[in-house]
Amino acid sequence: MMGSEDDQESKVKMETLFLREESNSNSNYRSAMSTLSDSRHPSIVVTPADSDPLFAPPSYYNESRSKPNGGNRDSSSYLEPPSYADVIFSPFDDNSEINGSDDGGSSLHSQSSDSLSRSPSSLTSDYIKITVSSPQKEQESTNSMIPGGTTYVTYQITTRTNLSEYGGGSEFSVRRRFRDVVTLADRLAESYRGFCIPPRPDKSVVESQVMQKQEFVEQRRVALEKYLRRLASHPVIRNSDELKVFLQAQGKLPLATSVDVASRMLDGAVKLPKQLFGEASSSVEVVQPARGGRDFLRLFKELRQSVSNDWGGPKPAVVEEDKEFLEKKEKMYDLEQQIINASQQAESLVKAQQDMGETMGELGLAFIKLTKFENEEAVFNSQRARANDMKNLATSAVKASRFYRELNSQTVKHLDTLHDYLGLMMAVQGAFADRSSALLTVQTLLSEISSLEGRAEKLEAASSKVFGGDKSRIKKIEELKETIKVTEDSKNVAIREYEQIKENNWCEVERLDRERRADFLNMMKGFVVSQVGYAEKIANVWTKVAEETSQYNRESS
Amino acid sequence: MESTEQPRSISGSMQSPRSPSLQPYLSVSVTDPVKLGNGVQAYISYRVITKTNLPEYQGPEKIVIRRYSDFVWLRDRLFEKYKGIFIPPLPEKSAVEKFRFSAEFIEMRRAALDIFVNRIALHPELQHSEDLRTFLQADEETMDRFRFQETGIFKKPADLMQMFRDVQSKVSDAVLGKEKPVEETTAAYEKLKHYIFELENHLAEAQKHAYRLVKRHRELGQSLLDFGKAVKLLGACEGEPTGKAFSDLGTKSELLSIKLQKEAQQVLMNFEEPLKDYVRYVQSIKATIAERGTAFKQHCELAETTKLKEINLDKLMLTRSDKVGEAEIEYREIKAESEEATRRFERIVTRMEEEIVRFQEQKTEEMGVAFHQFAKGQARLACSIADAWKSLLPKLEASSAV
Repeated sequence: MMGSEDDQESKVKMETLFLREESNSNSNYRSAMSTLSDSRHPSIVVTPADSDPLFAPPSYYNESRSKPNGGNRDSSSYLEPPSYADVIFSPFDDNSEINGSDDGGSSLHSQSSDSLSRSPSSLTSDYIKITVSSPQKEQESTNSMIPGGTTYVTYQITTRTNLSEYGGGSEFSVRRRFRDVVTLADRLAESYRGFCIPPRPDKSVVESQVMQKQEFVEQRRVALEKYLRRLASHPVIRNSDELKVFLQAQGKLPLATSVDVASRMLDGAVKLPKQLFGEASSSVEVVQPARGGRDFLRLFKELRQSVSNDWGGPKPAVVEEDKEFLEKKEKMYDLEQQIINASQQAESLVKAQQDMGETMGELGLAFIKLTKFENEEAVFNSQRARANDMKNLATSAVKASRFYRELNSQTVKHLDTLHDYLGLMMAVQGAFADRSSALLTVQTLLSEISSLEGRAEKLEAASSKVFGGDKSRIKKIEELKETIKVTEDSKNVAIREYEQIKENNWCEVERLDRERRADFLNMMKGFVVSQVGYAEKIANVWTKVAEETSQYNRESS
Repeated sequence: MESTEQPRSISGSMQSPRSPSLQPYLSVSVTDPVKLGNGVQAYISYRVITKTNLPEYQGPEKIVIRRYSDFVWLRDRLFEKYKGIFIPPLPEKSAVEKFRFSAEFIEMRRAALDIFVNRIALHPELQHSEDLRTFLQADEETMDRFRFQETGIFKKPADLMQMFRDVQSKVSDAVLGKEKPVEETTAAYEKLKHYIFELENHLAEAQKHAYRLVKRHRELGQSLLDFGKAVKLLGACEGEPTGKAFSDLGTKSELLSIKLQKEAQQVLMNFEEPLKDYVRYVQSIKATIAERGTAFKQHCELAETTKLKEINLDKLMLTRSDKVGEAEIEYREIKAESEEATRRFERIVTRMEEEIVRFQEQKTEEMGVAFHQFAKGQARLACSIADAWKSLLPKLEASSAV
């Protein structure tokens, strides 16, 4: 599946991964492995703009070459976790230079180490980096005479990209409010039915009342950034008109805020993004789900149809017989449950590590106090000796405590992948739901047609009994036949839509499976590597104390 | 009745009894805890094995059965008879009902009792105690009899607590400058008292954190176990190679959980327990300080009374009263008592001076051992954690290459 060049790339990447244990290079893997080779999904190689691999500090390359697998413990450990100076701990540090790498949380690596992960051969690269910042309160402008309208918060959304769709290398900013994000999400959901679209942040009305304003705004800012980055990392959605418009268009967001299905359905010509059909066709009719819009009549019909389906009415002409689909759906559901469970246990693990570090630190401090006390009050040398022993223990305990806490921040980062995938599983559900509702539309139209045809038959039979023709009936029959024709057209469009969505589903699920596999493997690797690194550091700290107190060794061995 | 000082020192359990048979030795071990009795009256009995070549003992080896309250009896007797000596502390009497018969608790108590008896057997004065001989040799019936006789006469824990409070209030009064007349006020002794009281606070805090650390080990172990299970289930949903990777990860996590539980127990026994013992020792010293206070008070009061009697006697002699004879007898009695009280007090002082030195040295040694074992245990744990996770890396790497 991968060419030899890719093999080379990924080999280098894997070696350097062990150096960069602190950063999440899942996007490397995705880019290396996402051979979404059809024309719709150009292979995207990700590199931060400013780091040119050729300028990477040579030391890292040398290290990577000389590092054997399973290095011994006496020499510098198999892996060098960053020293304190390098690591700036912040749980949601946005130093990430990587495009949409947030499936694994933010990275804590320094600039230079970034460059290692890229294959030296990938000098041309596409990237898009989105930052959400500077929340500001703004006043809702009202025409009313009553002073003091409602306020809302806007966020500055800065994009840096060199994608051609955005006009080559550039940086631009817009201001958006949360409502705009909801609009974006809704429009994407319509246009990209069948795709696994990352879920948008919640409206969380309750939280906004309960939390401190500042805290809430910050929480939302972080969530928005994560969301937009995820959108940008989706190979198809990143090129969507909706996203482009959202990121670029100054002033008011020029996206429709509601779905007017009725007007669109039969006479509407909605411009579909090219990606959906892979052609440069301009106006194509589309059948949107009834549920999203105001077409109550159709809503009612589809509801009737779905009930009929459920209660074993006459078998619809098109039935979800795709066993593979049903199996996949169930598998996805199981997977989601296990991810939820694993994510919960990951949280407990993090807490336990945190507590361990804290208590170890407190123990160290207690002994430091004891040391100080004994030294101050010392009358005998035995006291001074004991104070010295305590000091050694205390120092190591404090060091170990710090290591536990550092390890924990790494663990949080890595295991965050599990949390992220919860969101993505929701996206999968959405994609599957799109398929089901499209099928329902088809079924409804089919039964509509068949009932119309039934009526036409009856009328024809009745009219044929009238000698010389029944003018009123004939007219009715003609009208019916016209309706049937239109409905047939709609049906054909709906079927095409359904088929398209099925295909989207399939592609997306494939992509997701692949990415998930890579992401999870990365997660495990990152987790394991940091555990190893810090365990070794902690072991060294205690070995030192054991040596310093070796005179007290009373073991018979 | 106090035993006379014996010059020869007896080697204890720490040294091998196989040394030349002329070398006196006394070695004791407390073993084989067995649960006896039913329901509320259930208790643990221990086998106490004594090996010795001392003539005062009946034969080279003796085995008796003892229970916790027998140890308490011994401690109380020694406390009464050997004032000034820091009597080795006993593990706490009551434990939470649930744990009273758990294997770990029983083992910890057995170990603590073993240390208790051995400390006595090694102490240059205490090892000659008659009560010790009784404890080590008397048959169970005799022991029971002794034990029942003595309860009620000797101070109960409540009384001891009151003594501590008295001592503490006296110390704080002295610190505040409200010096009562009947208090020792030498700078060195003040310093010692202050040191002991402060030390207890510091040690208690350290011990508290040590105990919490044990809990943290257990919690981390549990969370690793749960995490391992969850991850394995997740792996079962995924195809290869992720599925196998998750399964391996989960297995390792479960393995490490076991190691953590083991280490938790080690930390409890080899680190937290010695710290607790240290605290108990300091509390025993406080009891000795209280005794010294009482002895000092008696010495002062009797000296005072003696002087008064002397003055009175002189007065009577001058007036040639016929009460002189009586007064003389009284005076001589009081004087003898006073001298006895002074001797007792001074013996306490002397003993305490030696005891302090021994205490500090002993504690440095015992703490050193505890620290060493703790550090080794933590290092071993961390190493095995590192090794376990490391062993996964080649497989993970191979999986990613696919």
